[in-house]
Amino acid sequence: MVFNEVIPNLGIALPEIVMAVGALALLMVGVFSTADKAYRLVTNLAAALLLLTAILLITQVGGERQVTFGGMFVSDGFAIFTKILVLIGSGISLLMAERFLKEHNVAKFEYPVLVVLATLGMMAMISANNFLSLYIGLELQSLALYVLASINRDRNRSTEAGLKYFVLGALSSGMLLFGISYIYGFAGSIEFDVLAETLASGEASVGVIVGLVFLIAALAFKISAVPFHMWTPDVYEGAPTPVTAFFASAPKVAALALFVRVMIGAFPDMLHEWQQVVIFISIASMFVGAFLALVQTNIKRLMAYSSIGHVGFALVGLAAGTQEGITALLIYVAIYLTMTLGAFGAILSMRRGDGMVESIHDLAGLSRTNLPMALAIATFMFSLAGIPLLAGFFGKWEVFKAAVNADLVPLAIIGVLTSVVGAFYYLRVIKIMFFDDPAPAFEGGAGRTVSLVIGVTAIVNSPVSFLLISPLTVAAAWAAGSLLY
Amino acid sequence: MESLLVQYLPILIFLGIAIVLSVIFVGAAVLVAKQAPDDEKLSAYECGFDAFEESRNQFDVRFYLVAILFIIFDLEVAFLFPWAVSLGEIGVYGFWSMMIFLGVLTVGFVYEWKKGALEWE
Amino acid sequence: MDFPVEILPALAFYMFAAITVASGFLVIFAKNPVHSVLWLILAFFSAAGLFVLMGAEFLAMLLVIVYVGAVAVLFLFVVMMLDINFEELREGALDYIPIGALIGLILLAELVTLGSAWVVGEDITRNAAAPMPSVAEVHNTEAIGQILYTDYIYAFQGAGLVLLVAMIGAIVLTHRTRTGVRRQNISAQVSRRPEDAFELVNVKSGEGVSLTPGKKG
Repeated sequence: MVFNEVIPNLGIALPEIVMAVGALALLMVGVFSTADKAYRLVTNLAAALLLLTAILLITQVGGERQVTFGGMFVSDGFAIFTKILVLIGSGISLLMAERFLKEHNVAKFEYPVLVVLATLGMMAMISANNFLSLYIGLELQSLALYVLASINRDRNRSTEAGLKYFVLGALSSGMLLFGISYIYGFAGSIEFDVLAETLASGEASVGVIVGLVFLIAALAFKISAVPFHMWTPDVYEGAPTPVTAFFASAPKVAALALFVRVMIGAFPDMLHEWQQVVIFISIASMFVGAFLALVQTNIKRLMAYSSIGHVGFALVGLAAGTQEGITALLIYVAIYLTMTLGAFGAILSMRRGDGMVESIHDLAGLSRTNLPMALAIATFMFSLAGIPLLAGFFGKWEVFKAAVNADLVPLAIIGVLTSVVGAFYYLRVIKIMFFDDPAPAFEGGAGRTVSLVIGVTAIVNSPVSFLLISPLTVAAAWAAGSLLY
Repeated sequence: MESLLVQYLPILIFLGIAIVLSVIFVGAAVLVAKQAPDDEKLSAYECGFDAFEESRNQFDVRFYLVAILFIIFDLEVAFLFPWAVSLGEIGVYGFWSMMIFLGVLTVGFVYEWKKGALEWE
Repeated sequence: MDFPVEILPALAFYMFAAITVASGFLVIFAKNPVHSVLWLILAFFSAAGLFVLMGAEFLAMLLVIVYVGAVAVLFLFVVMMLDINFEELREGALDYIPIGALIGLILLAELVTLGSAWVVGEDITRNAAAPMPSVAEVHNTEAIGQILYTDYIYAFQGAGLVLLVAMIGAIVLTHRTRTGVRRQNISAQVSRRPEDAFELVNVKSGEGVSLTPGKKG
């Protein structure tokens, strides 16, 4: 008989199991507690659950690469590093959501539960070592995200965002499965380890390459890289702001990690085949991110194009295909996470009497009405632009260095040029804040948690970051090293 | 012929008979019956006056909710068939594997019930 | 003369394949959307027939139970009752034919690559070495059962969680608690006593009676 009776080693997947059981428990706690308290209670418990999972992950640091569930699930340094980033992104965006959701009457206890389930899906994606587990993780994540995007169901923009995201997400899932079936047909396996071994010898057949291209297209959808980025601005704009903050942080990290895992884990010897495609989408994303952001006036759309551009920069690291490149990508992603969470914290604080405002011009003259906030936003913008001395610069420096060392000098040059163009629109925001005539001041603030997040991320992105960069580099190098075993 | 397909032979024959019979009935009606359609005969019958509006109407999204919840449990039941067939071979491990799966969906069911999604009022 | 039984599967294949393709076309070309869904159901049925011919009985049954039994009925539901003028929606649909044809051609080209470029290397045959016992030994529902719940427990439980998310999502997005609805509460109704329900008042002449409900009301 082919099946076995041996119970898989559950210890390796303990963080995921704790998350899954925790999510079920949270759902029950929420549904059995009184309606007005449920949201706060479940949110706090969900944050505690994410923290517990992160601690469990940290206890796994230092272990060997381990696989379980018949090779479907892998735990290594890369997985631990990116999962911790994902948990940070989910946790912080969850805690920042409260005030906004309460004001918009969508503070349902399902919100934290769905965030936890989406995070679980992301962790499954990161740890996937088989196309089947990849797909299950991806669907778990995506399905929860579709619901989150349209959670403000009485508002047309929110339901539109959810619907668009769902339709395009379903299309990309179809492409993913199509690509996987090609790869299975021509290489005979869906396990990453077996695929890497099979494809190591000799020429890859046309079928595998066709499948690979479909696969990359589908993954590009998930990380919103050009030319599969169309959904991003609409979804970012339409979804409630805390949900957008979540979309821009955790799923981005998870999808990039998945991209790296598939390319390096399953197709290490097909570097030349996928490198061209990755270089193309990287350049296209950097261009679109830089040029289309110039004309945006809605700050959430601006952040959407900014995120497209940043995905392009991060992919430069993957295009290099070396350990140095992956290290650079991980550093970049970690820094991007702090920048984006801080920036969305700032967006969540933009409120006036009649609700949230989202236009860039609402920031006018912020330096005169609220100097600390203006300084914090300026830090994020400088950091996103990659101005030297700030954290964002360091990330860009690392990916370009990796590209140059991998003989991809033109790619690095294009990257530098587009980041110069991109700097323009970040600086425009700063100019509006410091030199334009003041708009009415923002009112009320966004609560202590959001202010705390803005403060901490601003400090992390300020020149103080140089203290944090060497430990980050060590951790990222360790994570990347575990991938290229 | 493979033994598997032989088992399906009666269904095939049944399908054949069904197709032939229905073609005969419809065909005979077209060929033999005397047909003289006109506007009045073809219009929708509404107690003698013209139809007021389209028959399509917006309807409550609750119908969907029920249908979607039904599909979810339908899929769950689909997982039970192979399990029931092979339970003897997959042993205790396979049994508990299904119990966990059902447990997850029971949590979902309890949630549904408490939320009142199954009530119609 | 004996009927050549061996050709039956081939005949059945051509019959089901022809019906599938034809009803697929009719799904697109039928004027009335309700007819489209009915053709879709026929396509599902004949595809189920094709699955049976390949020995994949379980998939065939799933197709009938899940797709015909649930999904297609949901579709019918939608097209019959949704307040949309389908005639208007269809106007201009013909403009998309060139793009549709292009996509069709690309897919066709891919199928041709699949057919022509399929080189089965040594490694591949080793990788794909019959993961499933032959149909003659173990029929395929059982074969799926033997690995789905044990070897593939991870994917199986993951599927359970995906279904859970679908359930939560459906409720979050569509469920509303209506206020002012009178529900049956059987225990409360049965345990209701006459003294809870009404009160006898002696009305003195010329004073009238206050209609504000008393404590017991």
